[in-house]
Amino acid sequence: MSSTDQTPEKLYAAREPIFPRRVSGKFRNLKWWLMAFTLGIYYLTPWLRWDRGPKLPDQAVLVDLANRRFFFFWIEIWPHEFYFVAGLLIMAGLGLFLFTSALGRVWCGYACPQTVWTDLFILVERWVEGDRNKRVKLWREKWNAKKIRLRLTKWVLWFLIAVATGGAWVFYFTDAPTLLVDLLTFSAHPVAYTTIGVLAMTTFVFGGFMREQVCIYMCPWPRIQAAMMDEDTLTVGYRTWRGEPRGKHRKAENADQLGDCIDCMACVNVCPMGIDIRDGQQLACITCALCIDACDDVMDKIGKPRGLIDYMALTDETRERAGQEPKPIIKHILRPRTILYTTLWSLVGIGLVVALFIRPDLDVTVSPVRNPTYVTLSDGSIRNTYDVRLRNKHGEDRPFHISISGDPAMRVQIEGTPYETVTVPADTQMLQRVYVIAAPGSDAAREERTEFRFWVEDNTNGDRTFADTVFNGTEN
Amino acid sequence: MTDKPTKKPGDVETTGHSWDGIEEFNNPLPRWWLWTFYATIFWGVLYTIAYPAWPLISGATPGVLGYSTRAEVAADITRFEELNAPIEAKLEAADLTAISADAELANYTQNAGAAVFKTWCAQCHGAGAAGVQGQGYPNLLDDDWLWGGSIEDIHLTISHGIRNEEDPDARYSEMPAFGELLAEEEIAGVVQYVRQISGQEADAALATAGETVFLDNCAACHADDGTGDRFQGAPNLTDAIWLYGGSVDDITYTVENARFGVMPSWTSRLSEAEIRAVAAYVHGLGGGE
Repeated sequence: MSSTDQTPEKLYAAREPIFPRRVSGKFRNLKWWLMAFTLGIYYLTPWLRWDRGPKLPDQAVLVDLANRRFFFFWIEIWPHEFYFVAGLLIMAGLGLFLFTSALGRVWCGYACPQTVWTDLFILVERWVEGDRNKRVKLWREKWNAKKIRLRLTKWVLWFLIAVATGGAWVFYFTDAPTLLVDLLTFSAHPVAYTTIGVLAMTTFVFGGFMREQVCIYMCPWPRIQAAMMDEDTLTVGYRTWRGEPRGKHRKAENADQLGDCIDCMACVNVCPMGIDIRDGQQLACITCALCIDACDDVMDKIGKPRGLIDYMALTDETRERAGQEPKPIIKHILRPRTILYTTLWSLVGIGLVVALFIRPDLDVTVSPVRNPTYVTLSDGSIRNTYDVRLRNKHGEDRPFHISISGDPAMRVQIEGTPYETVTVPADTQMLQRVYVIAAPGSDAAREERTEFRFWVEDNTNGDRTFADTVFNGTEN
Repeated sequence: MTDKPTKKPGDVETTGHSWDGIEEFNNPLPRWWLWTFYATIFWGVLYTIAYPAWPLISGATPGVLGYSTRAEVAADITRFEELNAPIEAKLEAADLTAISADAELANYTQNAGAAVFKTWCAQCHGAGAAGVQGQGYPNLLDDDWLWGGSIEDIHLTISHGIRNEEDPDARYSEMPAFGELLAEEEIAGVVQYVRQISGQEADAALATAGETVFLDNCAACHADDGTGDRFQGAPNLTDAIWLYGGSVDDITYTVENARFGVMPSWTSRLSEAEIRAVAAYVHGLGGGE
């Protein structure tokens, strides 16, 4: 212990209430636009329609868990194409590396749902209860009719937003207009109500009451992202060398020795995290840049240059302290590291797009039945059995013709039908048992392994695809 | 952007650990965290009162809600039996040959039949229904049937079994042990003849002698051309499938001692719907006629 002479710290600390003041400026404007954009995407997407024909859903974005399909406009993802999701996750990871190494915790400050919804909840709070000073005053007041009225109004509004938020989520998983009617007539599935209830409660509690506590104590990103930043990463900082020593009294005797910071606390008062950016980079800072707007406003008023609090990198500090110009922003962003991340990100993206365009509308996978590996028939021929999964990704039923190529001594026979064509219903996977029979005494009937190829052809348009597999003879 | 540490030394305790000059603050926990912790303890206590939890000498405290996983499984089984009752009634009323053409019945029998098969039949016939080649457990995947491979035949075989004592309707055939009836060289001849008609390597001279022995002693059941008789359960001797092995030694042993495979009757153990389901399942394994 470095401080044995101290009285012991309290083990638990009550939350310090935070009353962020209204601010305007370029970053605040950017955040308003981003909020409208992200919330708009979230609330409106389920209501977009997309015509896919009579047998498929017409919701543009739909996660159809019951039928194991993901619809995204013209794209339909099947469970066996989960690699698209894996690819998107890799892109999300690389994107996080890129943005964090270039712009620090820009995700936290602008796009994270916790930030966006907290921002929205604070907007409502300010609208109902007034700006910072009024809210502080209201908070200090004993409970009275006015306080109860304002608090109830605020909570009801928060609650409505929370229910709409939980409600929007469930629309992604089933047909939105139908579900809305079901929800309103109390005939929807209990899972829908439970999901809405849980998400409404988390939105209400996290956006209204937990706020910065979620970022500081519950979220792993602050810890992870700190490890991804380097000395060229742009982040929100305070120009100590310009601001210090801070002081209020411009007319005081030592005014000429004071820095540009007039200690007006504007940066602290607007901060949704309740921190002082002048203490330097810290875990609780989500780099929302509202303190930049607040400080620039003050600097304009006192006739000093903007940028006392600004986006800057560690290397800028070194240069500025040495009396040099900071590097231009473009040089911070265009670095080998960020170029490498962008390249990798683009390669994965291009790969996914190419995979999307070359995937066939029919698909086949073959799994040989291994118990037993072969069956001897009474005429001495050897039969292998295969579970063939046929996937018809069209919106209508299709006849698929199954054949094999390889050893001419082998022939194909389809369970349940004397023909070699089966009809696969629209947008389904069908499991079809298929037999391959090798003539008595043929090489294939004897040899341990004979490789051959299943061909599946769509009779309507001639599209075809194949799957390679193995025939087991008696010597295995 | 500053040299100043975020907290002045002495503001907060440190844990006393130092790695490369980096010290760890011992910051207080947020109060809500503490309350969450108490809430989980409270919840845990309630849980052990409500649900089975504390181990006793035998069993555990039952919990005031009376919850039991066993009862839940029993309820699930009852529920599924109720759900399956209509289709089982339909299955019992259906014509056996019509099952495979009815999509609903075909789907049900494939799944229910597979479950019955894996529970009751797999012990002898194997999980893949391939039997045990040469050991007397028939392979149900091939196209060779001792008692017939139509769904009616399979249904009859499963219902009553083969050569058991319990069911008077069991299929019954008994080949004499020819070791006591024929001379050694007669047996050697008939064995070579059987190998010859089944397309295997055989001593031509012995086989010619064996043909007469075969026609005199074996043809009554196995037919003059050796193709057997399903009505009596007499195997086809000309095909490539040997329930007890097709080598000279195996056939000799079979002729001398006869074989006596037994299958139990399932009427008393399975419901008619289960028997029909497993019959349809076996019929659909690739060898059904």
